[in-house]
Amino acid sequence: MPINKIVASFDEAVADIGDGAVIMVGGFGTVVSMPSCLLEALDRKGVKNLTTVSNSSGFGADVWRMQGAPFPEDMDILVRNGRIKKAIVSAPVSAMYVNNFEKLLRAGKVEIEMVPQGTLAERVRAAKAGIGGFYVPVGIGTVIEESKEKKVIDGREYLLELPIKADFALIHAYRGDRWGNLVYRGTSRTFNPTMAGAARVTIAEVDEIVELGELDPEVIVTPGVYVDRVVARPKKASVQESKSTDSQAEESKQKHEADIMTAQKGKGTRR
Amino acid sequence: MSSEVPEKQRLDRQIMALRVAKEFKDGNVVNLGIGIPGLAANFVPAGREVIFHSENGVLGYGEITLPGEGDLDLVNAGGQTVKRAPGMCFFSHDESFAIVRGGHLDISVMGAYQVSEKGDLANYMVPERQVGTIGGAMDLAFGAKKLIIAMNHTTKEGDYRIVKKCHYHLTAPKCVDLIVTDIAVIEVTKKGLVLKEVAPGWTPEDVQKLTEPRLIVAPDCHDIELM
Repeated sequence: MPINKIVASFDEAVADIGDGAVIMVGGFGTVVSMPSCLLEALDRKGVKNLTTVSNSSGFGADVWRMQGAPFPEDMDILVRNGRIKKAIVSAPVSAMYVNNFEKLLRAGKVEIEMVPQGTLAERVRAAKAGIGGFYVPVGIGTVIEESKEKKVIDGREYLLELPIKADFALIHAYRGDRWGNLVYRGTSRTFNPTMAGAARVTIAEVDEIVELGELDPEVIVTPGVYVDRVVARPKKASVQESKSTDSQAEESKQKHEADIMTAQKGKGTRR
Repeated sequence: MSSEVPEKQRLDRQIMALRVAKEFKDGNVVNLGIGIPGLAANFVPAGREVIFHSENGVLGYGEITLPGEGDLDLVNAGGQTVKRAPGMCFFSHDESFAIVRGGHLDISVMGAYQVSEKGDLANYMVPERQVGTIGGAMDLAFGAKKLIIAMNHTTKEGDYRIVKKCHYHLTAPKCVDLIVTDIAVIEVTKKGLVLKEVAPGWTPEDVQKLTEPRLIVAPDCHDIELM
């Protein structure tokens, strides 16, 4: 039987995520790095009491629509619809304005565990790598050290940090194949490759599915063994095809596309 | 609190960024925070090759593009689109913070609410809202070899930001090396805060009035040099 991790729809991809699940959500600040369609499907499903693990708590789709992002939903869709019980997060609020997460926080409607970004990434990676814990200096002398084991190593103080385990990881990649091998685009890797394999089930939303063998093994970032499901975005103007007014940016974009094409030694086929 | 200093011209954000960029030495690996620090990417002194790091997983990015003119998959940590540049590379978040935490960054530049005379930094809890975002600030403050703070010298209300002891939640203790403000450049040393440069038209006495801890005026204290 050929291995086939490709699922036909976003609803199918998230069908077994239930109330109270712990979910990791990839991406960073900007929506193009995030699994927008999976978040939408999860919201449609109407799950409650999620514990989420993510870098940020979202700006909301309106912000990204203004920037022309074709898939504009970020963490805010789960926040504003009250689907989150607890957020393990590095950048929950904005210094610039009050986001929906802050409103919930102030109203006492959501729990928070704020984690320094690098510690969050490493706690996720530890879960993926089967590491039972690790020591970091980050947080010594701050609120982060409260109730954590300290240890002096080579004369420097460290804190014990533990892995974050999750039921599902929702991530976004540029291209993927039926084995779950993934490549990313530009600065949109962020937490996506880190979270791949860190949960019991990893679901990858990709811009495009390509035939097995089309991704150059030299440039595959996420080995397919970390990924359980692959689902493709609908074919509409995706980011790399969106309009650009700047000829230089356009040129660099085309060059980047060409680089990837060359690296992958073949033309991708859209499903 | 601070007062009675006649209205003198303060440096604007661009000029502060220009002064910060002067600290970048040839070959330095530099992380720039959101706001004034980020602007420094556009002011690298001529002839110096500097590699910029951003938390979202990029080394070696180019200048910030004009709004609406960049590639959304090529951004700095503040979400500003940046230009492609030869030598740049991308990586995951765990790799990005291995670079930060592992001591591979020469300089980190960020903003602050308060800096103490010992170099303690408070910059994540928004004081009036009692919420905050740690983000990458703690990792950067602990990990970078040199930490430069770029901020206005006082709050909008005229309160001290350079204080004897931080009142706000600490990002990291004893981590700041240099403070670039809109009126001065101050080095954090074991002996205390050393006033190195003042904005044109300002005297060391003017700066002291707006600074809570005692400043040690450097023997060669002079007007801020931008070139």
